[in-house]
Amino acid sequence: MLDEKLIALITEEVVRQLTASGRVVLPDRAPGEEPSEQNPVGTDRLLEDPLDPEALERMKKRTTARIGVGKAGARLKTKTMLALRADHARAQDSVFADVDPEFIKRLGLLSIESQAGDRNTHITRPDLGRKLCPKGVEALREHCIKNPDVQIYASDGLSSAAIEANLEKILPVLTEGLTAKGLKVGTPFYVRFGRVAAEDQVAEVLGAKVVCVLIGERPGLATAESMSAYIVYNSYVGIPEAKRTVVSNIHKDGLTAVEAGAYITEVIQQILDRKASGVDLVK
Amino acid sequence: MNLSATLSGKIYTFRDVKDVLAKASEEKSGDHLAGIAAESALERVAAKYVLADLLVKDLRENPVVPYEDDEVTRINQDGLDEAKYAQIQNWTIAQLREYILDYKTTEADIRALGKALTAEVVAGVCKLMTNLDLIYGANKVRIEATCNTTIGKRGHLSTRLQPNHSTDNVEGITASLFEGLSYGCGDALLGLNPVNDTVSSLAEVLKRFDEVKNRFEIPTQICVLGHITTQIEAVKRGAPCDMIFQSIAGSQKGNTAFGFSAATVEEAMALLKERGTAKGPDVMYFETGQGSELSSDAHYGADQVTMEARCYAFARQYHPFMVNTVVGFIGPEYLYDSKQVIRAGLEDHFMGKLSGIPMGCDCCYTNHMMADQNDIENLALLLGSAGVNYILGVPTSDDIMLNYQTNAYHDVNAVREVLDLRPIAEFERWLEKMGIMENGHLTARAGDPTIFTTRSNF
Repeated sequence: MLDEKLIALITEEVVRQLTASGRVVLPDRAPGEEPSEQNPVGTDRLLEDPLDPEALERMKKRTTARIGVGKAGARLKTKTMLALRADHARAQDSVFADVDPEFIKRLGLLSIESQAGDRNTHITRPDLGRKLCPKGVEALREHCIKNPDVQIYASDGLSSAAIEANLEKILPVLTEGLTAKGLKVGTPFYVRFGRVAAEDQVAEVLGAKVVCVLIGERPGLATAESMSAYIVYNSYVGIPEAKRTVVSNIHKDGLTAVEAGAYITEVIQQILDRKASGVDLVK
Repeated sequence: MNLSATLSGKIYTFRDVKDVLAKASEEKSGDHLAGIAAESALERVAAKYVLADLLVKDLRENPVVPYEDDEVTRINQDGLDEAKYAQIQNWTIAQLREYILDYKTTEADIRALGKALTAEVVAGVCKLMTNLDLIYGANKVRIEATCNTTIGKRGHLSTRLQPNHSTDNVEGITASLFEGLSYGCGDALLGLNPVNDTVSSLAEVLKRFDEVKNRFEIPTQICVLGHITTQIEAVKRGAPCDMIFQSIAGSQKGNTAFGFSAATVEEAMALLKERGTAKGPDVMYFETGQGSELSSDAHYGADQVTMEARCYAFARQYHPFMVNTVVGFIGPEYLYDSKQVIRAGLEDHFMGKLSGIPMGCDCCYTNHMMADQNDIENLALLLGSAGVNYILGVPTSDDIMLNYQTNAYHDVNAVREVLDLRPIAEFERWLEKMGIMENGHLTARAGDPTIFTTRSNF
């Protein structure tokens, strides 16, 4: 694995090169341009009349836990309760909603499915989410480049919101970055109801040296938009989990999609150079 | 041993005791995932009929993991009260159920009974209990344990204060800790789930907990829930520590996957006896949860309720101060929705009590389950009425490190007030001294974490 401290440097350089070439547009992160949210915990002073208001402000800066929230009897205040419900609703919607098919179409991605068949089965039968349905395998054989150096694809996993928030930004960075390195990049596609280990079957079907799945993570209350990349070298069905290299926490408040794209490009190059991923890469 | 039952003219035949136990379980997605669940509602009931007529000795003599292969089975079988067992070995499981529920059966009777039951028997009788049976039966028994204070007395409901932080920042942890204390939480334990399972990180947090505990003279316990071997090393290097924690499984194979064995637990206990900061004698803390054995392929084709009962058989050997089932943490492939989570919480609590261990529950859920805060508030209240020793408390229910939701700091107070329960007595006196509680209710000042900063340099 690359030294974590190098991430920032690499990212900066790659993003600089890519933006200079005009191939990638950085997301606009200027504050105050987002519509204001009904989500006041952390900013409002819910606790009335604390003994030491300054100490409370100091404490709130040291944790993202929702403290200093006050009470109504032995219950939460209405604002706190509603904010929690809103965050939970976002999280649940991102698990149980599909990625908008129009979104996938707009990105020009072939869409296939795992063997789970429906959302509930996907949630309860991770074993089926690791297998591609036969029609999907056929479609991959028909439409995708064979034996690429790198096969990138996306999958809903446990958060559709993660895919909708990040995929459009990360894909061009990855494709351009890897192509610029002279690598043969496979035809990107999308797997609905997918689990991480489906990438092993993808590797077998397409004969890819490296497979990288961009997949929605189980959402927390803090964000429903967290995506991860699981990258594996020379994979096969049944490969040990420890052979995967993971880049996680990809969302606008974590590792941004563009930064992640730049970083993953470097990770993939290193995996190809070393012919190893996961624990074997650390050795 | 009869393994068949006829319902609606159809004969249902089961392969063996393990098969009966699996198919008699209330529906759980994890048993479907394992491919061992009943295939229809009627088959499930047929299995319950068969189970009702099996004898205590049928279940004891057919452990779901063979004695020769498994340390947990050996600990369970070898530790039984054989004199008591001799009296009940020919009871049917139906008889056992009715004995537990009978008006004439006392708390002392059930405690004595539990010592003669293997995990398979405990799981078996659980499968013949409705939810209210589980509450009614469990409520007859209290299991006390003593570390610095004594938990589990009738009329009391405690909390583990869980001030987790996404980067283990000690000041951030302390902020959440003060918030929780100001709501009357923490009489069972001040206990952190660390992000970094390193000796130095554990030691740093333990030191802070110890300072806060001593500075404010809080009658409670402290623990940082790293891996058991990391905690042992931290204590060896002088970290203050009242209790050592470990997640446990219902088979040796599962415990091996968790990276420890019975010998590791014995080492931890011996170390705490010599170097720990608690009075004791009960210094172990275990966590469990239905489905963890299947997740590490250590379930031996047995159902998740039976494997869970085996955790308790293992735990009781080491006289823990606390055991809790982290009931909804594992996800919908094991417990699909609120119905299954609530059922599992009630089962685990009942089975823990019957096994003789001081049982708590982390009433929790993840965001990919069909459950929400309402459901676990239900569970907390149900378990409060069943006499659970403790529940969890985190800021507003949102655990920022484990990314799941459990009970809010507020909740335990609501449950206490509704059910007329109190914190551990000396902790309540401390809360009164600090101006946080009065006559069992929170004061106007309660909920202000700066109560603690104005009286210290933290």
